[in-house]
Amino acid sequence: MQTQAASRANANLVQSLGVDGRILTMLVVLAVVWTVFQILTLGQPGQFLSPQNLWNLSVQTAVVGIMVGGMVMVIVTRQIDLSVGSILGFSGMIMALIQTVPPLGWGGNWILALLAGLLLGALIGAFQGYWVAYWAVPAFVVTLAGLLIFRNATFIVASGRTIGPLNDNFKVLGGGLNGSIGEFWTWVVGLVVMAYIVYQALTNRSRRIKNGLPVRPVWAEAVVNGILLALTLAFVLVMNAFPYPGTNIPRGMPVPVLITLVVLFALNWVALNTRFGRYVFAIGGNPEAALLAGINVKRILVAVFALMGMLAALAGAVQAARLNFVTNSMGNLLELDVIAAAVIGGTALAGGSGTIVGAALGALLMSSLRSGMVLMGMPTEWQNVVLGAVLLAAVIWNTVYLRNRR
Amino acid sequence: MTPLVEMHNISLRFGGNQALDNVSVNLYPGEVVGLLGHNGAGKSTLIKVLSGAYRADSGQIRVNGQEVQIRTPQDAQAQGIETIYQTLALADNLDAVANVFLGREKVRGVMLDEDIMELEARKTLDRLRVKIPSLRLPVAQMSGGQRQTVAIGRAIYFKARCLIMDEPTAALGPEETQKVHQLIKALKAEGVGIFLISHDLHDVFDLADRITVMKNGRLVGTVYTQDVTHDDVLGMIIGGVMPKNVRPADQPAPRA
Repeated sequence: MQTQAASRANANLVQSLGVDGRILTMLVVLAVVWTVFQILTLGQPGQFLSPQNLWNLSVQTAVVGIMVGGMVMVIVTRQIDLSVGSILGFSGMIMALIQTVPPLGWGGNWILALLAGLLLGALIGAFQGYWVAYWAVPAFVVTLAGLLIFRNATFIVASGRTIGPLNDNFKVLGGGLNGSIGEFWTWVVGLVVMAYIVYQALTNRSRRIKNGLPVRPVWAEAVVNGILLALTLAFVLVMNAFPYPGTNIPRGMPVPVLITLVVLFALNWVALNTRFGRYVFAIGGNPEAALLAGINVKRILVAVFALMGMLAALAGAVQAARLNFVTNSMGNLLELDVIAAAVIGGTALAGGSGTIVGAALGALLMSSLRSGMVLMGMPTEWQNVVLGAVLLAAVIWNTVYLRNRR
Repeated sequence: MTPLVEMHNISLRFGGNQALDNVSVNLYPGEVVGLLGHNGAGKSTLIKVLSGAYRADSGQIRVNGQEVQIRTPQDAQAQGIETIYQTLALADNLDAVANVFLGREKVRGVMLDEDIMELEARKTLDRLRVKIPSLRLPVAQMSGGQRQTVAIGRAIYFKARCLIMDEPTAALGPEETQKVHQLIKALKAEGVGIFLISHDLHDVFDLADRITVMKNGRLVGTVYTQDVTHDDVLGMIIGGVMPKNVRPADQPAPRA
């Protein structure tokens, strides 16, 4: 009885906070994992919660983080994309070839390379989406074919060579030595985000009150937005606490991390505030209803796959820039990390349910586990066993959560 | 008087199956036409042609006397034809507000105008007098009656001139059924024309001014409700025969 009352009180608390229970769980799990790793690495020179490790962790999360929001949309529409690792590799290779191999290979055309790569990724995605949407070929098969084709096309276009080194300006995308925005701009970004959080909270609330709609209690508003502000501030402080080697000049936020945050923010905004986002979820919830409501389901599916392809290409640019050389195995098996991050973040493979924020936290949880296990010197085989177990646990928890909600 | 909707000689074939064979029906403003027939008689197919979900192979559709092309659900909606499907056609993962406005969202610029949609949805659903405590819960978490209300609210919010209701009370309890009956009468009084598909003869005799019966994709005939008995209608449904000595019924029923 006591526990039942307590769990009801908990549910009420979560409800009045107006936050998805699964996202709250993710945050708690992340906090626990970080704390445990910090304790386990206390005696070492590189502690888990040191600015250096957190800074590296953010860069390591970037590539999956850029793609995971797109994967959420794909999975929400009841589809899957197994080809993102291959699209990443292929478009990364094309971008490397454009900027290094004559006649195109001159210093200034890294922008052309980037744009061509993004366009290529979007076209590949749209091509795969076309077969899925207009010919009803299962996405699993279409993108499995894409995985094979583009992985090996990567080898073919470069004749198996490793291509590089890449243009110095292009390499900024990877977050290497010149790839951070510095202390000042990190503060600017942080303050803009904080101002936006406050502005959003105030205008939303006053508009809903003006329209006579229910609002969260003031304390809930304060708690949720307070936590968001604190997290933003902590992020800025950590990014500015890691200096360039041999100096005390802070690096600030790495460019790939900035790209990831912009992508995730944009996707989350689109998913929640536009017709396109609404239709993505409607198609996942009930494709027939979406059709009968006059939604152009096929076109939306093609757009979702094209978006996924473009994000894979963007991730390919970041990965290539980070490595400086593109090999024909770049991005191999990365589709599994992206799908796992989306699923750990609460995206249901049955479709219709998932959040960009949850998936971003899923990606962060995965890279945190990997980074922590590396710090502890755990063998790769055991790292993968742990990650697999976490994936299974997350799916089970998600299933239970969705069942209890009905 | 010009019919609100006229479907003339509609035919549709699915592979080897003649789903609709030269079917003609009409509907006048402010009347309810009951559409009856066995499963597979072609009622739902006919209705889906009118609502834009299927396209007929041949035949014409006229709205207020004007021939129109209905190729998509939007075309039907643009003509003021709204459909409440038997399956309700709700996206279960979305909330009531999103479902009422699905496909026709209110936007400011590119941004969904959630506040306006929530206010309007609340107003519309209140009119149906079924209590829905939160419009922001996924409809999967609602009762059958509440879900039905959302589906009906979606049709009436957009000021239907012609409403198609496919088994609107099949999933409802007696009290909720009564509310749907009241609603149908209220809409009728406002001049809305309603096609009512139902298995329940009592429902149809209670509400319909005329009854159209189909069998094996063909029209058996249309009669005035006041001219026939339950047995007559059963004879039409099962035997496909018209009762003797009934008036032709392609005009609205004379007001009693």
